[in-house]
Amino acid sequence: MTTAVSQFDDAAVRFPRPLRLTFRDDLRSTLLSWLVKSFLFVVTFCSVAAVLLIFVFVIRQAAPFFMGDGGSAQERIREFFTSRRWFPEHQAHPEYGILAIIAGSFYVTIASLLIAVPTGLLAAIFLSDIASFRVRQICKPLIEILAAIPSVAYGVFAVMVVAPWLQKNLGFPTGTNALNASIILSMMAMPTIISIAEDALTAVGREIREASYGLGATRAETILRIVIPAAHSGILAAVILGMMRAVGETMVVWMASGNAAQIPSPWWDLSQSVRTMTATIAGELGEVPQGTIHFHSLFAIGLVLLIFTFCLNLLSEHFIMQMKKPKR
Amino acid sequence: MMIRHGKTLLSFIGLTLWIVQPVSAAESKTLQIDGSTTVGPLGDAFAEIFKELHPDVSITVKKTGSGDGAAALIDGRCDIAMMSRFMKDKEFQQAVEKGVFPVAHVIAMDGVCVVVHPSNPITELRTEQIRDIYMGKITNWKELGGPDMPIVPVSRDTSSGTYESFHLMVMNNEKMASNVEYVNSNPQAHARVRSTPGAIGYVGIGFLDRYVKTLKIDGIMPTRSTIAKGVYPVSRPLFLFTNGYPKPGSIVHAFCTFYLTEKGQEIIEAKGFVPLTEY
Repeated sequence: MTTAVSQFDDAAVRFPRPLRLTFRDDLRSTLLSWLVKSFLFVVTFCSVAAVLLIFVFVIRQAAPFFMGDGGSAQERIREFFTSRRWFPEHQAHPEYGILAIIAGSFYVTIASLLIAVPTGLLAAIFLSDIASFRVRQICKPLIEILAAIPSVAYGVFAVMVVAPWLQKNLGFPTGTNALNASIILSMMAMPTIISIAEDALTAVGREIREASYGLGATRAETILRIVIPAAHSGILAAVILGMMRAVGETMVVWMASGNAAQIPSPWWDLSQSVRTMTATIAGELGEVPQGTIHFHSLFAIGLVLLIFTFCLNLLSEHFIMQMKKPKR
Repeated sequence: MMIRHGKTLLSFIGLTLWIVQPVSAAESKTLQIDGSTTVGPLGDAFAEIFKELHPDVSITVKKTGSGDGAAALIDGRCDIAMMSRFMKDKEFQQAVEKGVFPVAHVIAMDGVCVVVHPSNPITELRTEQIRDIYMGKITNWKELGGPDMPIVPVSRDTSSGTYESFHLMVMNNEKMASNVEYVNSNPQAHARVRSTPGAIGYVGIGFLDRYVKTLKIDGIMPTRSTIAKGVYPVSRPLFLFTNGYPKPGSIVHAFCTFYLTEKGQEIIEAKGFVPLTEY
């Protein structure tokens, strides 16, 4: 190494390291960079492969159900999506209709969004445009703590606090119902919605706000007419990500929703208990004998859920791209 | 970084080989147990203790259902079949034809207690009435002579042994109504009934306390005594089946008589069943 340096002694600029490497050094660094590169590639590939493998695995396990193992395929699929009766464990006459279960997932998701989106948006606007720097420094981490609480804790809260409260104060016959699950889910979706919507609102930029004030707009006008329209795609992404949180949540709905496989009648009655796709899988997969139609039917529900969240994810990806595009 | 990873990987592989080896070497002595999901937790807990007592024997407990347990015993695929019902005529016949002579060992009694909120004036129901409630035919307590209050039926999740017992002994295999709520543990069922005035639920006998009111069924209160004697209508014996009576002193014999020991009875009570003793 010292000899390599001495060759450049007469150069105008002194380099701390040799410019020309020995063959060994060259080989070593080439090999090392190749190794690190391939290692990083393998790590990245693993996570991509995991997603693909999950799809393959779920489809493979769901296939025997749709192929109509022990029954006609067409009839099985029709029953699956149109029947409200879910009695997969019955010995003599099992029934596999998930219409009520899909409806249950929609009920709690949409009701929780109805609570979480307005609240979350208002909070995001407050944090980005109205609150002082100090308030914001305190509030944001506190809100993010909500996202860090384990879902079982939320579930216990739902069963022990919210359920008796609903029964006592609103006179519901049962406290574990669609409303209870929606309230808790909205609390869990809120940190996601607030923090992403706040990011989108902040990203609109100071100069646009100042231009608006400069044209004589009030603060309310600026927020409502300028900032929110400019950030709409980010806000939509926030809503969709919050929605995914609500759709995919399992433990809380399993504890708080009551798990009755029914569509509430009348349809707006959230005081009745419902059952979601995630709760059905979580509640039944643990003990069901492997290889039975019941087992495969749970994977079929998983497939429906996977496709649904996949579509939501694509949609939110699309909106986030839109949010980023015009800024550069 | 890379080198360290390599080392970790190597030592991991080494560790795996080291763990796997002795297991495959000790394959000579095995105890295969198969059968009911209800009896399964007892089988598991017994096996846990037997693994400590007899480290040279490899014990596997499979929970595939009573019917599968019986089939496995008949085919010689297991040494002990756990069953939550007695063998059916057909199974017995098949067994004898194949030279297997099933012997039943009753290891515990299983009883399911129906509970309501303490404020509920109802003290007694008939099995048919409970079935009608869970089938959605009776939806208000006033139909049973109680207050004007909608009934909230609470059931255990359909994969639990308690559900299976209730489904068989009370529901007579009828499907439950769609408004029945499901919870996934005995404590949760207890908590739901405790906090819901209109609720009715069922739990194992270990979960009765003053916060819920236990109903008499067909006039009989579930107690350890009535369940152990089988007087209580929603009770049934839990069986282990072996091929012939196991040779005294063998591990199968020890397993089938483990319920007689203090530790065995402790486990039975801890799992929510009733030990077979004189009360």
